[in-house]
Amino acid sequence: MHTQITHLLALWASLPQIVRTVVWILIITIGVILCVAFLTLWERKVIGWMQLRRGPNRVRIFGMLPGLGQPFADVFKLLTKEVVVPSAASKFLFRIAPALALIPAIAAWAVIPLSPQLVVSKANAGLLYLLALSSMGVYGIILAGWSANSKYALLGAMRSAAQMVAYEIAMGFALVGVLMAAGSMNLGQIVQHQQGGFLAWNWFWLFPLFVVYLIAGVAETNRAPFDVAEGESEIVAGFHVEYSGIAFALFFLAEYANMILISTLTAVFFFGGWLSPFAGYPGIGHTFLGDPSFFWLGLKVFVFLFLFLWFRATFPRYRYDQIMRLGWKALIPVTLVWIGVEMIMAAIHIGPWARPWFH
Amino acid sequence: MLVEILFYIFATLLVAGALGVITARNPVYSVLFLVFCFVNSAAIWLLVEAEFLAIVLVLVYVGAVMVLFLFVVMMLDINLAEIRQGFTRFAWLGWITALAVIAEITGVIWRNGLGGVDVGRGFVSEPANYSNTLELGRVLYTHYAYPFELAAVLLVVAIVAAIALTLRRRPGLKVQDISRQVAVRAEDRLRVVKVSAEKRS
Amino acid sequence: MPDTMMNLHSIAAAVPEIYLTAAICIVLLFEAFVGAKRPGATGTLTLLVLVVGAALTVAYADVAHRVVLFDGTYVADPLAYVLKLAGFLAVAVALLYSRAYLQNRDILKGEYYVLSLSALLGIFVLISANSLLTVYLGVELLALSVYAMVAFDRESGVAAEAAMKYFVLGAIASGMLLYGMSIVYGLTGTLNLDGIAVALSAPHNLGVILGLTFIVVAVAFKLGAVPFHMWLPDVYDGAPTSVTLFIGTAPKLGYFALALRLLAHGLAGVTVDWTAMLAPLAVLTLVVGNVVAIAQTNIKRMLAYSTISHVGFILLGFVAGTVNGYGAALYYTLVYVLMALGFFGVVILASRKGFEADKLEHYKGLYRRDPLLALAMAMLMFSTAGVPPFVGFWAKLRIIQALWETQHLWLVVTAVVMSVVGAFYYLRVVKLMYFDEAPESLPDTVRSFGVRFALGVNAAAVLVLGILPAPLLDLCARVIH
Repeated sequence: MHTQITHLLALWASLPQIVRTVVWILIITIGVILCVAFLTLWERKVIGWMQLRRGPNRVRIFGMLPGLGQPFADVFKLLTKEVVVPSAASKFLFRIAPALALIPAIAAWAVIPLSPQLVVSKANAGLLYLLALSSMGVYGIILAGWSANSKYALLGAMRSAAQMVAYEIAMGFALVGVLMAAGSMNLGQIVQHQQGGFLAWNWFWLFPLFVVYLIAGVAETNRAPFDVAEGESEIVAGFHVEYSGIAFALFFLAEYANMILISTLTAVFFFGGWLSPFAGYPGIGHTFLGDPSFFWLGLKVFVFLFLFLWFRATFPRYRYDQIMRLGWKALIPVTLVWIGVEMIMAAIHIGPWARPWFH
Repeated sequence: MLVEILFYIFATLLVAGALGVITARNPVYSVLFLVFCFVNSAAIWLLVEAEFLAIVLVLVYVGAVMVLFLFVVMMLDINLAEIRQGFTRFAWLGWITALAVIAEITGVIWRNGLGGVDVGRGFVSEPANYSNTLELGRVLYTHYAYPFELAAVLLVVAIVAAIALTLRRRPGLKVQDISRQVAVRAEDRLRVVKVSAEKRS
Repeated sequence: MPDTMMNLHSIAAAVPEIYLTAAICIVLLFEAFVGAKRPGATGTLTLLVLVVGAALTVAYADVAHRVVLFDGTYVADPLAYVLKLAGFLAVAVALLYSRAYLQNRDILKGEYYVLSLSALLGIFVLISANSLLTVYLGVELLALSVYAMVAFDRESGVAAEAAMKYFVLGAIASGMLLYGMSIVYGLTGTLNLDGIAVALSAPHNLGVILGLTFIVVAVAFKLGAVPFHMWLPDVYDGAPTSVTLFIGTAPKLGYFALALRLLAHGLAGVTVDWTAMLAPLAVLTLVVGNVVAIAQTNIKRMLAYSTISHVGFILLGFVAGTVNGYGAALYYTLVYVLMALGFFGVVILASRKGFEADKLEHYKGLYRRDPLLALAMAMLMFSTAGVPPFVGFWAKLRIIQALWETQHLWLVVTAVVMSVVGAFYYLRVVKLMYFDEAPESLPDTVRSFGVRFALGVNAAAVLVLGILPAPLLDLCARVIH
């Protein structure tokens, strides 16, 4: 058994770089998609409990846990349904739009460090790469809305475009604050520069930016309470009203993949990524609980995902003008002010700026 | 070698995309071709290791500017074919001008070459830990501080101009003042009246 | 290259730009928080800002010799000092004249002042540009502010049309400028104008001429030289008169500096080529400007074509290609700005609420209605026509002298003939004012004392500088060397 593992590892190391990269990409992509599958189930369960219902509880896998098979049942149902293309639609754009929505959500994982060793690309400009990709996600939605040649879809796309452009600015500024605190745009280094336990993470010194980032993240993913792009009570289902079958499933996948992405990024930028909250504290910090690992990142991501679901179950939907007002008049000024505060903190060397690499 | 092949692929796509911008019948397709062009030029920048410029091109142009472009173009009901009616009347003039300019440029280069000017001045790859972003920041805030600040002023002026030209305060418009809504206290709106209970007769 | 380390003392020469940038922010904030409560306060603040700015410029930016700052992107010299003071003066006077006009048309908003200040900043950047980058940024800063000002009256369809034309054509010109600059940069390997001048003094290839062509076209476009003048009459006519007054005056200083810094300094190595390109442009500009102006019935259009003809004269100064020529062009520019402030000021003062005095016939019998205004206009028109002893005469004379020295006989003949043609339509205005009867009852002119006093000083200056031309002439000759 042991020799077999060593053989496998040797074989892995002997593979060309490009093959190993491709395998990694596949593993991460499939992992994300599986997470999405169970996230949908988890969402329905959580919201069900919050609303004193049971949630899906019929489909089982291997006779275990009522409801566990629900995601697979959904996928098979959608896969076997017909993709209806409206006759007046721009056929090419209509077909390519779901892919355009999904690709950035998956491609962003290339630079995300899952553990100290586990990252596909240690790009120097990782943070910029993420910003660029998240800004490209809007194309899928706009094109879906426009190409369907339906007024509801177009309205949804327009709302989404305005909303995303507005919140991306706040998001970008919040990340500028993170960049200033870390002194690097490499995500691995951003995490490493937060070493030192729960209070050393960025959220403590950048609390307003963390709040802004989280809100902007919810808005960027078009989740409740910012889901006017879908707004089923006003514009049916918004930009994807004309989609059916697997094309619709791709939008669904993109939305949930984006949720996981935003949660992971919040963990990485503000909550120390893979770092342990106990690291550096006497006693517990020196046990295995103080070690950095993938487990910590997973736990943090889970918490933020839960927040997403909680928001959806709790908050009523914003009106469109309120969304714009919040984005432009509240979030952006907050980030600008806090960047100013950070400048002062950096000048007098407190918080993250007291660390050696800033001297 | 690989870089050169990639360059020619991206360059071809770029030129094809640019042609698409001006030949597409539907303005939305023109904008999308333009997006395609930007993405390809970003890829070409990546090939020369200018990752910051490449990403910023995508972030700013593809991610923000072109989205707003699409926004406007989708809202407008433009029929380009209608606009182009009678446009070809002057096409011959355009063709003659274009051909003349092309002939002049080729003539000058043909006769004189580029005069021994080394345009591609010995391109050397930087080491892997070289940060394009850092270096750009360094020169931007030292050598080019003055133009950089001017560019900032230019953007402020653009904002002021845009707001001055578009913001209309229409009188008599019913708007909500969120801060006032939030600041409302219960005692302003609600009066608790004590009503003495009547005796049951 | 100077040391990159700077301290406050070493950048003192850049005080006008630094101060103006700060002032723009202050005026903007003032307008946002106080402007709505006290209409007009922002205007007063802006005038104050301009006065303080001029004082600071006198105190700090009066350099005895050339100072290069900010890593070679900025230059301060006596020429820049003179032009900046003239810029402060021109903008202050223009804003003073246009106050009542703006108030009457409900476009008195603080943004108007912010935009005029940012346009002035653009002018300053152009004046002090020593790098292709700063030249371009200056051009854009000025142009962007001015586009918005032209469109400022949102109720007016004509103004919107003018702004659109100006914007589209201006964008094409900027594109030309950038294209030319990129070629020159590619062939010389530097953005710095000093560096380009050095690189071009050595033998160079013809590619530079290609770049130069684009740059010359862009400069001609910005100045409004024929055949790149189409935007000018429409913009002057379509814009609110206060904006016409603004764009007809201060920006000319900036565009003069643009031509001087780019062509006469940076591209000095190819002077022969660009003078050859400018000469036919200048002749065409003179002929078209003067001849077409005769046919106009709208005074703003007429003055626009007159501007074109003056641009022709300024270009002739450049065509001479000598220090004397540049000095004459500088003198002409300053004199032109002074005169343009005056005659557009008269047009503004003759307008009332709901009435634009923009037809020539509105000036019939102005002498009876408002003798002082008519007198000022007459003096300005005589000066513009180049009648001695007014200052316009000296300006034309200096240009002709410079051309004579460089043996440009044909250009001298054209300039003289076109001056005579031009005199016709200027003197026609005088004839309308003094010898024609007013056709119907026209509204009164503006009677506010302060503005009329300023206009009187303006008109008197045209006469005084004409009788005593030596100080200004000497100054112009001294700052250009």
